[in-house]
Amino acid sequence: MIEEKFDAIVVGAGMAGNAAAYTMASRGLKVLQLERGEYPGSKNVQGAIMYASMLEKIIPDFREDAPLERHLVEQRFWMMDDKSHTGMHYRSEDFNEDKPNRYTIVRAQFDKWFSRKCRDMGVTLLTETTVTELIQNDQGKVLGVKTDRKGGAVFADVVVLAEGINGLLGPRSGLRTSPKPETVALAVKEMHFLPAETIESRFNVKGDEGVVIEMVGTFSKGMTGLGFLYTNKESISVGLGCLVSDFAETRESPYAMLEGFKNHPSIAPLLEGSECKEYAAHLIPEGGYKEIPQLFGDGWVVVGDAAHFNNAIHREGSNLAMTSGRLAGEAIHRIKAARDPMTKEHLKLYKQLLDDSFLMKDLKKYKDMPGLLHTNSSNFFLSYPQLVSQAAQNFLRVDGTSKLEKEKRTSRAFIEKRSRIGLISDAVRLAFAWR
Amino acid sequence: MTIAVRVEDKLFQNRYLVDAGRPHITVAVHEKPSANLMALTTICPAKCYELNEKGQVDVTPDGCMECGTCRVLCEASGEITWNYPRGGYGVLYKFG
Repeated sequence: MIEEKFDAIVVGAGMAGNAAAYTMASRGLKVLQLERGEYPGSKNVQGAIMYASMLEKIIPDFREDAPLERHLVEQRFWMMDDKSHTGMHYRSEDFNEDKPNRYTIVRAQFDKWFSRKCRDMGVTLLTETTVTELIQNDQGKVLGVKTDRKGGAVFADVVVLAEGINGLLGPRSGLRTSPKPETVALAVKEMHFLPAETIESRFNVKGDEGVVIEMVGTFSKGMTGLGFLYTNKESISVGLGCLVSDFAETRESPYAMLEGFKNHPSIAPLLEGSECKEYAAHLIPEGGYKEIPQLFGDGWVVVGDAAHFNNAIHREGSNLAMTSGRLAGEAIHRIKAARDPMTKEHLKLYKQLLDDSFLMKDLKKYKDMPGLLHTNSSNFFLSYPQLVSQAAQNFLRVDGTSKLEKEKRTSRAFIEKRSRIGLISDAVRLAFAWR
Repeated sequence: MTIAVRVEDKLFQNRYLVDAGRPHITVAVHEKPSANLMALTTICPAKCYELNEKGQVDVTPDGCMECGTCRVLCEASGEITWNYPRGGYGVLYKFG
């Protein structure tokens, strides 16, 4: 389809792919980017929160024309049972700054913008093009890709795999394994539209200010899961995700769970009168540090979700995608500039740059968290939310019971449910996994 | 509280370009579905998998959102084959 040879082929036009393509093209490399969707973003799903500092490192003046929804001034964490929520809210005027730190975005729109920036830098983008195979020589060195276009082989010095969590090329070429049910979450989400003024009054914000709510609780039916509600300019993203292995065991229907979640008495009033315009589903990498695969080889690197880069505890994914894409691009540029070949030995520079960055340090810090939360899901996601709700209600309801008796009741409930040993062990294990 | 939900009402909101006659997912011939294959009839977020009158699982991936849940559960065992739709086909998110 294209006769010429490229310095690099990037497979995918999501956050990681665009970051890699932009970084390389802006340093003068000849880059071909392949995207199977009709337009960049048409296959991509995210909550979505975008962290400014990681994008600033790629496009410093992005605020001038990027499609940003709202900058976040308030974060709410809710622990929910069937009728209640116990919350921790943090709101600060400090978040109303010249260059805000976090924004909500709508991925299809954001990705179109990011892709336009890449093309402005000289990236050749082909959409509606599914890469079907990596072309490898007898030694396994990646030479290029085959696509579903006519005569669809194309060659490059290096292929950047930014194919997402459900990417097929890497696993089918033996470069990494497919995700396992216990290391990925299935998330479902809806986009609910409301007038901007309604959102502002319901969430007590003005102008472009926005609010994030993230929840755990009985809505996940004892599965390891998280719910979320993000305010966009004129819409609300609402959804939940649970581990695929837990879904397989419980056989709960994700869309019925989402419906129950939306109808929760703490959530329904926030969505009332809205019009749903899209329903989406996507996998999220949840295995953390221990699931990171081999990241480079002869003629290839892997970035973003495909490399299992996601910090499930802090719910950071797209910034790790952007950072890994940027670092891969920088490494490739440096190797190219030194006129060295794109061998495994040279491409290990990418891994060195990652190791020196916050990305690997953060994932390493929480390496034991997935194991803890995934094996104790009914305690952390069902029992504790119920107990906390009961405790809060017991504390607040004035009914003539003495305060001492109320306290005893609450501690008895915790001990009966989890036992003293269980409570201590949960606390200790959580503390150790966190440090 | 039980809430009746028809996933069709949700999928109706979405844009798709269906590659007619070229399903990107197929189920292998089987006598009795495994636990994971059976689970897909309820956990597939687009309800693409259904039990037929013979007690076997069929797939109709027209409403598929290409999440990969079924691939993660049933590809390695050979119970399903999973490929991306041809370029440009499949789900087309307006918002994502």
